[in-house]
Amino acid sequence: MVYKRDPKKIREVLGNKVQFLLGDMACVYGGLLAGVSFFGGYPITPASEVAEGMARMLPRVGGTYIQMEDEIGSIAAVIGAAWGGAKSMTATSGPGFSLMMENYGFAVMTETPCVIVNVQRTGPSTGQPTLGAQGDMMQARYGTHGDLEALAFAPSTVQECLDLTIEAFNLSEKYRNPVCVMTDGEMGHLRERIVIPDEKDLKLINRVEATISKNKYIPFTNSQTVKGSKVPDFPTFGIGYHTYVTGLTHNEKGFPATDKQKDHERLVKRITEKITDDADKLVKVEKFNLDDADTVFVTYGASARPAETAMEIARSKGKKVGLLTLKIVWPFPEKIVAKLAKQVDKIIVPEMNLGQIYHPVREAACGNCEVEVAPKIGGEMHLPVELLKYLGVK
Amino acid sequence: MVEVKTADQLNKKFLRDGMWPTIFCNGCGHGVVLEYTLWALEELGWDMDKTVFASGIGCSSRMPGYINADGLHTTHGRAIAFATGIKAANPDLNLIIFTGDGDCAGIGGNHFIHAARRNMDMTVIMINNFIYGMTGGQLAPTAPLGSIATTAPYGNIEPPFDICNLAKALGANYVARWTVTHPYQPIKSVKDALSKKGFSLVEFLAPCPTAFGRRNKLGDIKKHWEWYDNNTILIEDYERIMNYGTEKEKEEVKDMFPIGVFQDLNNPGFFERYEKLVDRVMGGSPKTPVKAKAVVQK
Ligand SMILES: Cc1ncc(C[n+]2csc(CCOP(=O)(O)OP(=O)(O)O)c2C)c(N)n1
Ligand code: SF4
Ligand SMILES: [Mg+2]
Repeated sequence: MVYKRDPKKIREVLGNKVQFLLGDMACVYGGLLAGVSFFGGYPITPASEVAEGMARMLPRVGGTYIQMEDEIGSIAAVIGAAWGGAKSMTATSGPGFSLMMENYGFAVMTETPCVIVNVQRTGPSTGQPTLGAQGDMMQARYGTHGDLEALAFAPSTVQECLDLTIEAFNLSEKYRNPVCVMTDGEMGHLRERIVIPDEKDLKLINRVEATISKNKYIPFTNSQTVKGSKVPDFPTFGIGYHTYVTGLTHNEKGFPATDKQKDHERLVKRITEKITDDADKLVKVEKFNLDDADTVFVTYGASARPAETAMEIARSKGKKVGLLTLKIVWPFPEKIVAKLAKQVDKIIVPEMNLGQIYHPVREAACGNCEVEVAPKIGGEMHLPVELLKYLGVK
Repeated sequence: MVEVKTADQLNKKFLRDGMWPTIFCNGCGHGVVLEYTLWALEELGWDMDKTVFASGIGCSSRMPGYINADGLHTTHGRAIAFATGIKAANPDLNLIIFTGDGDCAGIGGNHFIHAARRNMDMTVIMINNFIYGMTGGQLAPTAPLGSIATTAPYGNIEPPFDICNLAKALGANYVARWTVTHPYQPIKSVKDALSKKGFSLVEFLAPCPTAFGRRNKLGDIKKHWEWYDNNTILIEDYERIMNYGTEKEKEEVKDMFPIGVFQDLNNPGFFERYEKLVDRVMGGSPKTPVKAKAVVQK
């Protein structure tokens, strides 16, 4: 039986509209609301609650949960499920994310929509399994080999874990690219009030399925249905298009073109440009007190929480401090940061790593203002007082 | 629909336009496995719109490219895991996986083990040429003791993998091994494997003259192909001799490859069990989900 999204059933299974919910569970809720019907996972702290939630809820809405043998298998099954017609998802943390890298690139190269939740913990290696970090932000962007554009969200509230998981599905369907939801151990294990959006307020995007006649169909080229779109129409397996899908460089027909420079260039340019062309549309930031600010925090995810408190304290002491929180980290909102750099004296980048998003910030600032990273590692969040020091506030 | 009688007609019906010729070398066994599989599909009369091929990486894994059907050419060793997802999304599809000995028994061993254990509904056709063909002849986990590979230049000292006995021990519904040198039993066997619910495996012993035969002095292509006839024995004969034969008879067959059907069961496949689970939990009221009753089965 092929899954059909049944809003009534989903809402019955999710329960009350307002709940006090765990961040990891909010990703489960977001996935179910978006219409996920396949989850392949492998247990890992602090992401296991996503798999556990899916194991409980997915069968009850008629979807399939399978605990795979490892994370390589999880993402493989997730990609396979997408080709079988499902919206599909997995969740993991650092060690599992590392294992997924090869197939993450396969999803990019084959233009497969799917969602990967990474509840980040400290690393390298096994690190501190139960503690949060933001050490995989660059891995989401550059962790797999070859040229690609990444799509990644960073929620900083439990509500956002839910909302941005839905958004992640939307972007993956729209661009036919894997999308990462980069939460962390703090977000994953935080409980907060959430409100489940009503059906009428949900904007769900579904991939454009191939409908053109079979002899005219070209599987790996600009859409043949949506004018101007560089995203090919999706030939779900089983509907008769007989598509050959390969991670090898392929021509527009999907046939291997392993020794053809032009075919490679055309393919990789299209699959990166389908995202870079829309870079302006893909900006999702929250701005606080930027208008008169001379110093701003640019941050994301859990780090936005202490940054907001630090900003408020500093403001109460007369300092002109602002905050820019990135909800989509990749593609990086370069223009916004570049403009900000021309307006302020200093950008401070609080991160739970030794400086990752600090680098694209510095690149965008292009010497127009001072940029300083405010790193915190070891599984603890920044304290607002620690951030105040960067502002020279006692 | 014209009745398919010749190999030409078969190819016309099943092969993808524009992908010919294959990448296979002269004397390679892979093309023969492709033909046997197509004959089996022809005899079954399967709808090629509902048949999906998946593969990993290697010469053997290039097979789905040549067949006019949906095909997923994945990463090295992972095809079975990808196929698991395809099947989960649409259980109406028939899944056939082409894989090599390196792909399946080496890098992909873990996926293979667990799919067999789950009795995952799919057919795996593993082409065992005792070597990593595509990358130029490195040591495979199936390489016979003493055989030469570029990365075992002084002879292999590792005991080889017996993938059929592994699948059998894991409870796969159907397990068989054949060589590419005889058509009839293998075609029937592929047909039987495809018709099964649950996990089925057909292993083909196939020559790779380029990367294995040449280095191991198995002679020209004709001689290399004959090697498979001279070094295999039907599993029934093998077991009879090993159980009741004289020491001399045992000595003669002990290093031969048993071929034939290793296992033929009809246990429920993964999705039969999963659908029952879904029926059970969707039947209850969503507010009070069915309580799991632990019934630990051996
Ligand atoms: C992760 C990864 N490691 C290594 C390779 C290189 N590689 C390509 S094919 C192959 C061996 C294939 O051997 P087998 O599965 O036996 O197929 P054959 O070519 O013999 O049919 C290897 C090691 C790869 N593509 N990916
Ligand atoms: S290298 Fe070996 S396995 Fe690969 S095509 Fe040539 S003969 Fe066949
Ligand atoms: Mg091989």
